[in-house]
Amino acid sequence: MFDVQRMRGQFPILAREVHGRPLVYLDNAATTQKPRAVIDAERHYYEFQNANIHRGVHALSQEATDAFEGARDKVKNFLKAPHREEIIFTRGATEAINLVAHSWGRTHLKAGDEILVSEMEHHANIVPWQLLCEATGAVLKVIPIDERGALVPGAFESLLGPRTKLVGITQVSNALGTVNPVADIIRKAHQAGALVLVDGAQAVAHLSVDVKALDCDFYVFSGHKLYGPTGIGVLYGKREHLEKMPPYQGGGDMIAQVTFKKTTYNELPYKFEAGTPHIAGAVGLGAAIDFVLSVGLETIAAHEDALLVQATRLASGFEGLQVIGTAPGKASILSFVMKGVHPHDIGTILDSEGVAIRTGHHCAMPVMDHYHLPATARASFALYNTPDEVDALFRALRRVEELFLK
Amino acid sequence: MSDLRDLYQEVIFDHNRHPRNFGALPEANRHADGFNPLCGDRLTLHLRVEGGVIQEARFEGAGCAISTASASLMTEALKGKTEAEAATLFEGFHHMVMGEPVTVDLGKLAVLAGVSEFPARVKCATLAWHTLNAALKNESNPVSTE
Repeated sequence: MFDVQRMRGQFPILAREVHGRPLVYLDNAATTQKPRAVIDAERHYYEFQNANIHRGVHALSQEATDAFEGARDKVKNFLKAPHREEIIFTRGATEAINLVAHSWGRTHLKAGDEILVSEMEHHANIVPWQLLCEATGAVLKVIPIDERGALVPGAFESLLGPRTKLVGITQVSNALGTVNPVADIIRKAHQAGALVLVDGAQAVAHLSVDVKALDCDFYVFSGHKLYGPTGIGVLYGKREHLEKMPPYQGGGDMIAQVTFKKTTYNELPYKFEAGTPHIAGAVGLGAAIDFVLSVGLETIAAHEDALLVQATRLASGFEGLQVIGTAPGKASILSFVMKGVHPHDIGTILDSEGVAIRTGHHCAMPVMDHYHLPATARASFALYNTPDEVDALFRALRRVEELFLK
Repeated sequence: MSDLRDLYQEVIFDHNRHPRNFGALPEANRHADGFNPLCGDRLTLHLRVEGGVIQEARFEGAGCAISTASASLMTEALKGKTEAEAATLFEGFHHMVMGEPVTVDLGKLAVLAGVSEFPARVKCATLAWHTLNAALKNESNPVSTE
């Protein structure tokens, strides 16, 4: 039986106060808090194992290497990837997408080729492709969304064509909470001969991911949205693609042999991991994966869904409050606007009540343009949030109403 | 945190609900666009400057209460000021919202002093003023608070 109070006890930060009030942390789509297990894993690494990896013959170097490579195995199992060398550690989802855009994109695209992304993408899944298009003459096309914040039915199929070389799609929208039918998109894209990169940054903490069953070509996520450390993320890529791709960055660890005449590159995954990586971050990510799996993603999803249902019900009874993003089967994100109050003002007033939410464009300006809004307020729920905290959010919103609309 | 009332004073609510000098200014001879990428606030400032004196100032756009009230109060304060006086006001205003000592008389603009206790909102309060700077220099690129 899931005990949310016991769960909260594992997150030290949740005990603190903000402006003299208990912290109500509802900005989980921006970053999640870290459980004791993750903090301890990083601390243990630095206190007992710290050394550089893949090179020393001494004991610590071997232990550090084992810890780092052990984390890779945990990621492989977490994503159900067929091979461990398909897991590349990056700084985050953003760097993972840039890696693919740079390395795969610049060697596989030519003028007139097309890349498809959706209108609900995070800037991280837009701008790297725009840069690639500028460099190659390829064309970026956009799958539109409807008023609910779901992909317009049939729009993807009509944009997909023989020129489409890659589809970049988020599994869960960070601004709207929409869950996209990525399996269907991948199947259709493959029939058209296009590869698919799935942005899993918002998905991995809520949905069980199986990259083999999905058959996606690339899958990216960030550790810090999965209760893990910042500065560490993952690119999963099918081996057949990664093998054909040139290195993204040059440096130590990614080489086999270096002479001034010719340098040969290391094998996968090291070819894409130039320089000393964020070893402690990878170790912390491994601990975060263990933590999430020990709770169970189905349990987490059920808990968050209940909070979203409660929040959606309270929102619908709140005059002047409009939920942005109403697609069926949403993940635990409630984006909203309030008549007569700018989201930034909502954010400041909620903060004074100890309630942390995100306000702004959520790095998804095209979504804001779609709804003709400068910004929204966004509450996003995690496994440690409680029904009382949802109530606290709406009590604080009443305070906004009192101040602004009395 | 200081009391919210220090930030959201009645004058600010009033200027947010009923911004002064809001709208186009066909006779304007200086314009600039301001953008705060953090919160999505945008405003366009129109000035009619003659003989180095700001005769009229109007603004358009959408923003939070702090940026709207700040723009509204600014346009009121600018009328009849020389460009040099406007620059001095901006300097004083900037010192005030940064919580630094202020040596100029800011008049009604002083209601925004509470912003200094809310560092995340300083950019909201200064957006109009950065836009003013651009308009006086007649810069064609939109200014950004980032």
